[in-house]
Amino acid sequence: MLDTDVKILYERPLGFTETTTHYCPGCTHGVAHRLIAEVLQEMGELNNTIGVAPVGCAVFAYNYFAFDFVEAAHGRAPAMATGIKRTLPHKTVFTYQGDGDLASMGMGEIVAAAARGEQITVIFINNTNYGMTGGQMAPTTLPGQKTSSSPLGRDVETQGYPIRTAELISSLDGASYVVRRSLHDARNIRQAKKALRTAFEVQKQGMGFSFVELLSTCPTNWGMTPVNARLWLKDYMIPQYPIGDFKVSTAVEELAKGG
Amino acid sequence: MALELIKGNEAVAETALRVGLVSYFGYPITPQTELLEYLSARMPELGRAFVQAESELGAVNMVYGAACTGLRTMTSSSSPGISLMQEGISYMAGTEVPAVVVNVVRGGPGLGNIAPSQADYTQIVHGGGHGEYHLIVLAPASVQEAVDLTGLAFDLAEKYRMVVCLLMDGFLGQMMEPVELPEFKPVNLSAPSWAIGSENKDKKVILTSININPPAQEIFNVKMMTRWQEVEKNEVRYKGYYLEDAEYVVVGYGTAGRIALTSVRAAREKGIKIGLLRPITLAPYPVDVLNDLADKAKGFLVVEMNNGQMLDDVTSIVAKRAPIHFYGRMGGMVPYPDEISTAIEEMINSEPDVNRDARGVWLAKMRELVGTGA
Amino acid sequence: MQSEIIISGFGGQGTLYAGQVYAYAAMDEGLHVTWIPSYGPEMRGGTANCTVVISDDEIGSPTALHPRAVIALNLPSLDKYEPLVAPGGYLIVNESMVNREPTRTDIHWVMVPANTIARELGNERAANMVLLGALEGNMKALPEGAVERALEAHTAKRLQKFVPMNIEALRRGAEFKA
Repeated sequence: MLDTDVKILYERPLGFTETTTHYCPGCTHGVAHRLIAEVLQEMGELNNTIGVAPVGCAVFAYNYFAFDFVEAAHGRAPAMATGIKRTLPHKTVFTYQGDGDLASMGMGEIVAAAARGEQITVIFINNTNYGMTGGQMAPTTLPGQKTSSSPLGRDVETQGYPIRTAELISSLDGASYVVRRSLHDARNIRQAKKALRTAFEVQKQGMGFSFVELLSTCPTNWGMTPVNARLWLKDYMIPQYPIGDFKVSTAVEELAKGG
Repeated sequence: MALELIKGNEAVAETALRVGLVSYFGYPITPQTELLEYLSARMPELGRAFVQAESELGAVNMVYGAACTGLRTMTSSSSPGISLMQEGISYMAGTEVPAVVVNVVRGGPGLGNIAPSQADYTQIVHGGGHGEYHLIVLAPASVQEAVDLTGLAFDLAEKYRMVVCLLMDGFLGQMMEPVELPEFKPVNLSAPSWAIGSENKDKKVILTSININPPAQEIFNVKMMTRWQEVEKNEVRYKGYYLEDAEYVVVGYGTAGRIALTSVRAAREKGIKIGLLRPITLAPYPVDVLNDLADKAKGFLVVEMNNGQMLDDVTSIVAKRAPIHFYGRMGGMVPYPDEISTAIEEMINSEPDVNRDARGVWLAKMRELVGTGA
Repeated sequence: MQSEIIISGFGGQGTLYAGQVYAYAAMDEGLHVTWIPSYGPEMRGGTANCTVVISDDEIGSPTALHPRAVIALNLPSLDKYEPLVAPGGYLIVNESMVNREPTRTDIHWVMVPANTIARELGNERAANMVLLGALEGNMKALPEGAVERALEAHTAKRLQKFVPMNIEALRRGAEFKA
């Protein structure tokens, strides 16, 4: 037997339960979940974390993570996280929200939480549509993009313009770390993980509100193969939603350098 | 006994502190704002959590989060704000987490006005949010009762893992009366085992109101209904005045109830055998005592500061065993005892008719009294 | 025995405070008492009034259509409340702020130049205490000296220096017999 040569290359992170997810094949929610589980495991925070799930495709996220979780009303996750964090300030508290949840229904809650400098981490999944309800137009839907509620393509004259959420949140003094990353290829996934690590460290060090927007795919509702969905993300979403750091407070900069 | 002269809103806030409030989340709205202002100073002073939220939606969902930790939390608002909070209240009911919500009711509908009202009875007692659930509803009629019921509200919320609503009005919020406040208790930071982040749990905790499979939702609802039966059995509270030999009974709660007391006493002085039933718990409702009274009373007069919302409950319990009369003021108007005295006279002088249309007769009189704006 | 007192004037005349002093006095004498302000948009610069009810039994209504006593600090209050005072009741009028006397003959009323007296005492803001003194001096719903004792017991430390003047104001007011 060659047991001395066996190297573990891939295993289930400790932050996951042994549950099969309900996500569609090729969806990047699974990638985002895994990155969060890995980061919290590496930080030794698994037993100290409370997650807040949204209404949307990630509504059952609490089934997949191995730590305490609550399920918020649509859009209200930042308010619920505020209630938890203010009551249990030593816990690591994060919300995981989609674009319908955060950028439409919950715009008031997210802006207010960021403005207060709430010591929570927000993970924002931008896939340009309402996945759970069948692919309707979201605040993030691109101009001209066809969805089940913009069948002729989003007409900005009557249906408005997409919201660049990270840029908007970055304008708030209370936000300490606001970045956008993408999950469309391995290099970007690695960078996304680094950003998530920084975001959770910001919270751990009491440095304020941290926000990571993750550009994600929705092959089912986009009507594409997983591979084509990733190419579409790269070609069409990134020009509208550039990857970058929109707010890194001085203290966080030091932290990022040190880390 | 050291008494303090204190406003209802501040009395509720101070009592909540003394019985171990860990967190408060709210939003300014008249006529409850003193409660929020009071806690904005006192909570940080005591190292406890206070957030003036971005909206009542924000506030109630912060309470929802805090309630999931199992530690004492509350919010307060007034009618329009309570409407916004219905979302979170329904979610808390669906998640079985304890919280206290204070509603200092004002005149409505819509923006209405800031005057005292009982127009939220139906909303609070019979629903409010979506889905099927119950709140325990406590209706104080004095500042001392508001103090006592605030302490009780937290105990009941925890005992039954339910949302408890303290249903006040602008009068009770603004009124000063001498009260005896409870002893200052240390906060209890030891959370129950069902709570997130609890030191007393042995496994991962998930708190959610979603039951994606209808059979599971039905089982949950049966469990909640069964718990409500327990509440109905154990937690009914009311106060009776002069009921022993009463031939006529006035039914009123909160401010309307105490104003009616003045009228009932005046009628007693004239030799009329009349009593007052003042429900303190509106949910669970004091059904049994009203049932007993219905067997012997010659007539009931329901007095409210709304269009007869409790009247419907009394009508269904009395079930045509006695004639029912109604007197109500709406839109933030508060009755003087003299008006209720007139209604008592009318009840006593009218032909007994168990089928009479109490609301219809009252409304016709209101059209004459205040007009229809036409 | 129950007494209902309405104290009414412009915002800033100390109507609410005068009511609270009276409520404290009743509380300290072991009576039941309620104090309720008019509140609302009129709080902001318009008229302000409060109702105090004192009783030896549990108080029902904290308001009264026909109060036993009214202190009217200005003309609108006199016009509004003169017709409402219960027969045999008391109406104390701030002579400094009105241009007429009451016309009712079935109540006890008295004109008190409260602002003038308060100015003599050194602070016009004590007019409310002059009128409160006149009320209790006539109605005598509380034991002798109860209001003075309440002022001493419940005035905040930083305002204690005004207590002797306020007590003098009460006494000057009590000299006016309805």
